[in-house]
Amino acid sequence: MQPLTNRSKQVDRSPMTFSEKLYLPSIAKGMAITFSHLFKKRPTIQYPEQTRPFSQVFRGLHVLNRDEEGRERCTACGLCAVACPAEAITMEAAERMDGEENLYREEKYAAKYEINMLRCIFCGLCEEACPKDAIYLSETFAPANFNRQGFIYNKQELLIPNPLTEKEAYEKAAGGRVRKPVNE
Amino acid sequence: MSDQLLKVTIDNITVEVPNGTTILQAARKIGGDVTPPAMCFYTPLKGSGGKCRTCLVEVSKGSEKDPRPMPKLVASCRTTVMDGMEIKSITSQRVLDARAGVVEFLLLNHPLDCPICDQAGECHLQDLSYEHGKNGTRYEFQRRTFKKRDLGQYIQLHMTRCILCYRCVFTADQVSNKRVHGVLDRGDHAEIATYIEQNLNNDFIGNVIDVCPVGALTDKTFRFKNRVWFTKPMTAHRDCDKCCGEVTLWMRGDEVFRVTARKDEWGEIKTSEKTGNTGWICNDCRFDKKKASDWTIEGLAPIDRHSVIGQGKYKGLKKPEETIEKVLDGRKPRLLMNIHSVSEVNNPEIELSEINGPATSAVFKKNNHE
Repeated sequence: MQPLTNRSKQVDRSPMTFSEKLYLPSIAKGMAITFSHLFKKRPTIQYPEQTRPFSQVFRGLHVLNRDEEGRERCTACGLCAVACPAEAITMEAAERMDGEENLYREEKYAAKYEINMLRCIFCGLCEEACPKDAIYLSETFAPANFNRQGFIYNKQELLIPNPLTEKEAYEKAAGGRVRKPVNE
Repeated sequence: MSDQLLKVTIDNITVEVPNGTTILQAARKIGGDVTPPAMCFYTPLKGSGGKCRTCLVEVSKGSEKDPRPMPKLVASCRTTVMDGMEIKSITSQRVLDARAGVVEFLLLNHPLDCPICDQAGECHLQDLSYEHGKNGTRYEFQRRTFKKRDLGQYIQLHMTRCILCYRCVFTADQVSNKRVHGVLDRGDHAEIATYIEQNLNNDFIGNVIDVCPVGALTDKTFRFKNRVWFTKPMTAHRDCDKCCGEVTLWMRGDEVFRVTARKDEWGEIKTSEKTGNTGWICNDCRFDKKKASDWTIEGLAPIDRHSVIGQGKYKGLKKPEETIEKVLDGRKPRLLMNIHSVSEVNNPEIELSEINGPATSAVFKKNNHE
């Protein structure tokens, strides 16, 4: 095959010379490289205390968005579930009853909404499919867990905090990603 | 003369049809993209058609004897063919423009609430606007709205979605023996309604759900239960003393979520194999027989390959043989996790298909362990 880079080298099988047999020059050369790194910028960070900034397009754990009145935006239209290539999303819809107008934005809502994080591949197609700006992939990782049971995320775990009652928690969960409510 | 076949050319495809055929039916004989869309015309209903104007075509040559073109676009569902007629459907820019205009008019007052609507996925207006419509709307005013209404126990009317095709009115007139609903008022105020919220309690009134091209008339027993594309259409039949009993069941697992009549590729109810008439089905079959044991299931119903309903459905799928039990000398594998112990969706204690109407928070609260 044609070499793809110019860095390929023929293996040299000629017997070693006396200086090579001593190994000391090679060791000194290697140690010099190691020593020079003392004066270079350290690429490692102390992870749990320090964190790196997320990329603009990072796709992490899902959040279910609310509108400016704190009502759930999701109407259980099923477009995220049909777009999901891993079939991780399942839901069951219910009709909004009288007196629940402050909880749900539309007459139909997701009574049950689950994402199986063992299946999810964080492709973001659900976010793209959503016609109601209801699901977003946030800037957090799905936390590790010892049990499989812990990876089935239900609606309570996915819902963003209410922007009216828990403003700070909402801002933190929304990050720079979630489309904030504007007066439509 | 009358039994002679007439030659018609639609978009340079020639087809021979008997006298009295409409342009639309001739185009359907050819099929494919040439066929004009139809929102109000419904073959089994006498007198339907001519209202929605989506099936407009251009007649570039009237007939062999009188080759003058027709000056205006004509509604193909109501215009019968002449010998030697030449018709332009998708080859005429005038027709395409006119259709786009008609779609824009039909969508003027449409709420576009497809994420909520139960018809989404099998809606003719969705297909129409997707294939023939423009991207945006130029309408700047408040949309006309109506309150949703119950037409009897089983049928939900969303007047905001209605396009006034009159199909349901013809159905009630021709299929059931007494019609109690109709179109009231005129112009912008026109609406499908009953006087004093009368119950539509005729045995065949459920068929108005099937003929409705949009989500204006929907099945209340299926309301919000599931999206159409997550249910599996299976052809099935039962012995019914009122109707032909030939239906399509929309199932998930062994649960029957919805029962509809069988429809052909144009969305019209098929002719029954048993009786030879149009396969209207009765309310008992449609609304009350919601158990798989009520039916003899024949197999997967044909699904258009461009339809979203086809997702996740495979005809002739052969499941691989389970080998673990053989290897383990007949012992069953130990399951590490029962999904129902974690997941709240598809709870075996809640049979959604057996609830008569949409699920509400009360249904889920009953079995809530949180």
